[in-house]
Amino acid sequence: MIAATAGGLSRATGRGGGTSLPGMVLNRLEPGALARLGGGLGGGAVCISATNGKTTTARLLSACLRAAGRDVAANAAGANLASGVTAALLARQRRRRAARDSTGCGGIGVFEVDEAALGQIADALGPRAVVLMNLFRDQLDRYGELEAIAARWAEVARSLGPATTMVLNADDPALAHLGSLRTAETDNVVLFGIDDPAVGRPELPHAADAVRCGGCGGPLSHDLITVGHLGHWRCDGCGVRRPQPHISARRVRLAGLDRLDLGVNGPGGAELELSAALGGLHNAYNVTAAVAAATALGVPAEAIGNGIGEVRAAFGRAEQVSLDGRRLRLLLAKNPTGANENIRCLMAEPAPLNLLVVLNDRTADGRDPSWIWDVDYEPLWDRLGSVTLAGDRCWDLALRFSYGGLGPARFAVRESLADALDSAVAATPPGGALYALPTYTALLELRAELVRRGAAHDFWQES
Amino acid sequence: MSAPTVRLWHLYPREMNIYADRGNIAVLRTRLHRRELDLELREVGPGEGPPDDGADLVYLGGGQDRDQLTVAADLAATKAAALRGLLEGGAVGLFVCGGYQLAGHSYRTAAGETVGGLGVLDVETVAGDGRLIGDIVLASELAGGSEAGRLVGYENHAGRTTLGDGAKALGRVLKGHGNNGRDRSEGAVVNRTLGTYLHGPLLPKNPWLADLLLGWALEHRYGRGFDLEPLDDRLELAAHRAALARANRRR
Ligand SMILES: [Zn+2]
Repeated sequence: MIAATAGGLSRATGRGGGTSLPGMVLNRLEPGALARLGGGLGGGAVCISATNGKTTTARLLSACLRAAGRDVAANAAGANLASGVTAALLARQRRRRAARDSTGCGGIGVFEVDEAALGQIADALGPRAVVLMNLFRDQLDRYGELEAIAARWAEVARSLGPATTMVLNADDPALAHLGSLRTAETDNVVLFGIDDPAVGRPELPHAADAVRCGGCGGPLSHDLITVGHLGHWRCDGCGVRRPQPHISARRVRLAGLDRLDLGVNGPGGAELELSAALGGLHNAYNVTAAVAAATALGVPAEAIGNGIGEVRAAFGRAEQVSLDGRRLRLLLAKNPTGANENIRCLMAEPAPLNLLVVLNDRTADGRDPSWIWDVDYEPLWDRLGSVTLAGDRCWDLALRFSYGGLGPARFAVRESLADALDSAVAATPPGGALYALPTYTALLELRAELVRRGAAHDFWQES
Repeated sequence: MSAPTVRLWHLYPREMNIYADRGNIAVLRTRLHRRELDLELREVGPGEGPPDDGADLVYLGGGQDRDQLTVAADLAATKAAALRGLLEGGAVGLFVCGGYQLAGHSYRTAAGETVGGLGVLDVETVAGDGRLIGDIVLASELAGGSEAGRLVGYENHAGRTTLGDGAKALGRVLKGHGNNGRDRSEGAVVNRTLGTYLHGPLLPKNPWLADLLLGWALEHRYGRGFDLEPLDDRLELAAHRAALARANRRR
């Protein structure tokens, strides 16, 4: 009863919807609750963590498992602390009890897990697999924590039992060698990566992190740069280099915001031809990570192909909403790497582009939005139609664009989001596309405004 | 005749850039270009000696702890003497966040290790418990104490910095923590070398400070005063006002 009321409160306050609070209440009443509920998962649990892509990868892996006829328990997008995972298991157990099934939670758990909460959640669940995808520079006021998080993930690697499969991104130099830290006597590690030179960037973006060697501290060189600091890296100082992945995307064909075709080499040389209704190279990583995890969990190739093909964009990840005869595309941009990948997708869309950029600085966004100066917006200038800047920090965006070389006559600044939406829609020709790049809380606000205008349904009803 | 040009050394742009230091450089360049003046940018990385054709302005930004230690050693080995000579000779220095700490005499890390700095600012820094984080507003003497002399920014530092007798504060803290959270001072000024924890980045929302630094740098290069023509700063001032309002609301 308490838990239900708390859910209503949380829904009003934002992040994770009303989905986390019942778990928070239960964890406070019963500290071992997560381990107890997790123990009821007949198929064990998978924890997926990353700065970018954990929500989408969890959806992809869940779809592969379901396509193989497996029963999946998952947490709601963004409800990725211990409270959110507990709440998901609790809700599932209640549903099953209501259906007179007393076998506990049942099924296999697929959970996206906050980077900082991984240790606690993995400890409680003793997962079958842990999928670690990337560590990017996030909102700057969390940035002091990046090295601390890498250190904590190393602790997690040491503590995992031999039965847990570690699924690691070979292309992230901070993660590729975490498997070698395991104290358990095991070679239970699956590496994934991208091996298509055609998708490389010419140079590291300004937002690149981890350009130093974890072994000797020397600078890393790259034979291929894919997303942020990810790629084919090597240290000329001590000779450490990217290990060859077990699961590798050999051919990646990017086709705008909505489509991606991949040829993935699996274990034993098996070839998978995959199509996803997701756009961008960052999603190629998400798909490859999901394939690696699904393979490790014994999902047959056909189910993987079907599962990957079924997934549609998650909330705010290039989802499309129709508004006043325009197509509004929502592209969450919460950190420089995410924003750069969105921009790379936009460059493949037909010009002139109409943009609505919304920058908030609330707790879930990060209070310090100076990361916008590390985003490479400049390639967009030649392809722009209209630009509307909005959010708590609209004037900071105005300065970023102006000092980036876009004259103030070419953008409008609107302090109110409703005004900004009106202005952006008016500047977009009927039938045309308007691309919105909001931060996390800006996405929630924008979505609420769209619901108010009857253009979108309430996403809390999705799952 | 080529346009009057400021020579800028940007120290360690790859290693020391986490607080959007790129924005400060963009402001310096653009505010010169808008006046048909020019910027000659030299990026100086690890192992490289200072360029031998001099500089009017030196910039060093903030980095992660590990990078800051590497940079401290490299500074001492390859650049410190030249930088000291340059700044004592009247060139302009802007040292932000980690760069500010490195410009002082020393920095003691949380692990108790003491790292020597450039010593161009008479300050010392010791890592404290917890970080000082948030919006910050200063009243700065550099602008003659007028309302326009406010500096707005964001601070995020574990270091507690104390001023020696040879340095003045860059400003008095009106909102926020400042050098150490105790004495209401923020930043340091010695001659024309400035250190500060303010970022966000610093210069876009504080255009008067950018112009002060550019005027000094031109004076250093050409040995005479420059009257920088005023620019249309409506966006800058709107952002500045919004930052003041936000800081007043939040604390
Ligand atoms: Zn090395």
